[in-house]
Amino acid sequence: MTKLLEVKGLTAAYGQVRVLHGLDFSLEEGGVTTLLGANGAGKTTTLRAICGMVKSGGEILFEGKNILGKSTEDVARLGVAHIPEGRGTFTRMTVEENLQLGAITRRDKQNIAKDIDKMYDHFPRLKQRRTQQAGTLSGGEQQMLSIARALMLRPRLMLLDEPSFGLAPMLVREMFDILTALNRDEKASMLIVEQNAALALGIADEAYLLETGSIVMSGPAKQIGADENVRRSYLGY
Amino acid sequence: MELLTQQVLAGISTGAIYACMALAVVMIYQAIDHLNFAQGEMAMFSTFIAWQLIEKGVPYWLAFLITLVVSFIGGVAIERIVFKPIEHAPVLSHVVIFIALYSVINSMAGFIWDFTVKSFPSPFGSSPLFGSTLISSHQGGMVAVTLGLLLLLYLFFSYTSVGLAMRAAAANPASARLVGIRVSWMTALGWGMASAIGAIAGMLIAPVVFLEPNMMISILLYGFAGAVLGGLTSPGGAVLGGFAVGIIENLAGTYIPVIGAELKLPIALVVIVVVLVFKPAGLFGRVVVSRV
Repeated sequence: MTKLLEVKGLTAAYGQVRVLHGLDFSLEEGGVTTLLGANGAGKTTTLRAICGMVKSGGEILFEGKNILGKSTEDVARLGVAHIPEGRGTFTRMTVEENLQLGAITRRDKQNIAKDIDKMYDHFPRLKQRRTQQAGTLSGGEQQMLSIARALMLRPRLMLLDEPSFGLAPMLVREMFDILTALNRDEKASMLIVEQNAALALGIADEAYLLETGSIVMSGPAKQIGADENVRRSYLGY
Repeated sequence: MELLTQQVLAGISTGAIYACMALAVVMIYQAIDHLNFAQGEMAMFSTFIAWQLIEKGVPYWLAFLITLVVSFIGGVAIERIVFKPIEHAPVLSHVVIFIALYSVINSMAGFIWDFTVKSFPSPFGSSPLFGSTLISSHQGGMVAVTLGLLLLLYLFFSYTSVGLAMRAAAANPASARLVGIRVSWMTALGWGMASAIGAIAGMLIAPVVFLEPNMMISILLYGFAGAVLGGLTSPGGAVLGGFAVGIIENLAGTYIPVIGAELKLPIALVVIVVVLVFKPAGLFGRVVVSRV
């Protein structure tokens, strides 16, 4: 399989404070990779670095081309859909407008309406609320909207920052079922950052363990999940 | 009763001036999420350009069109040259620049064209409309242009993807970048459009108030007031707000004896304060609702 994303020696800093110290990781086409770690390990920063939202160094190869230093909007136009922490929906706009915005850079305008209908099939709740302002949706609905909006880009790669954040346990389960289905049926490639390690390891092919800005362990998700020491020291279950 | 009708008509005709300016205010608010204090001066400068062209013998509508294009480019240029470099500066820095621009443009106009009052032609003539001397054909034309502009803006923001992208860029720039919108160009486009709309307002207002570098000061204040009254997020509300301010101003001046002509100005603003106390988003503004 070809590498969709290959990150080499990634560093990042907020002002003087270095938060990433040379990360190496990769993601196969159609695969799911997860970055695990505690608060402050640098997971979110890693995603932000890929999208050009934070000053960083090293190399980020997306489909073989270095995208480090590109602007956020250019990275998005390459087909990288970032679902940020806190979901990043347009709260003052309607559900339908949010979906249209997801596809705003697409050239194949005639397929967009069809894709919106497809999203309503995936997420029937959104259909009921299509004319409502996104800010009035519940947390779970907003998370679904942010995923649907990302899919509207027909992304080559989805970056998900804590998809379980702020959701009730039942919804978290549902969310990961949806992600699993998307990966299986739509062959969506995903890089998932999670604190809920058990869930993330369940869906991922590859896993990387982050600790204060460095990767301390990596391997197939199954293997990482099964490792007794890893579980006790880093995953807390 | 006759007096009331007359005063309302007179109010509508001054209201048209405010409504036109209020539209420009809403436009820039949509693009940058705050107000531009130099907007009136930019409109005034555009009007001088039109005046200069007409003086040189360019036909009215051609001068009108050239002014629109020049103003659009000028607006984009101001954003690129002055505001792009301070994109991430706090809002107060922007306010300082707005005030600087205000005084720079004002003085420049005075320097180039001096401060004497000039008359500006109207494309609609100045004959009485509907047999009333209170509303002329020019003011009727102004109402029509304002409403036409409003319709165009509505269509632009509701049904075009550029309009949607512009709203997204203003409301949530970080998320807009994540869906691939070039936010800074959207802002520049908003500046260009606001500047062009301001130019239209200036060219329509000039025949009424006469052209001179300080012509827009009180009008911009009323334009702000109309926009805030109607709701900064609603072009239609802003236009209605502009008309409402004109009518309130006239009626108060006529019917409340202590007010008279001198206190006409403040009374409109008092009404606005009262409205905002009860409806902070303005009469027609979209109330931002969110779950906490």
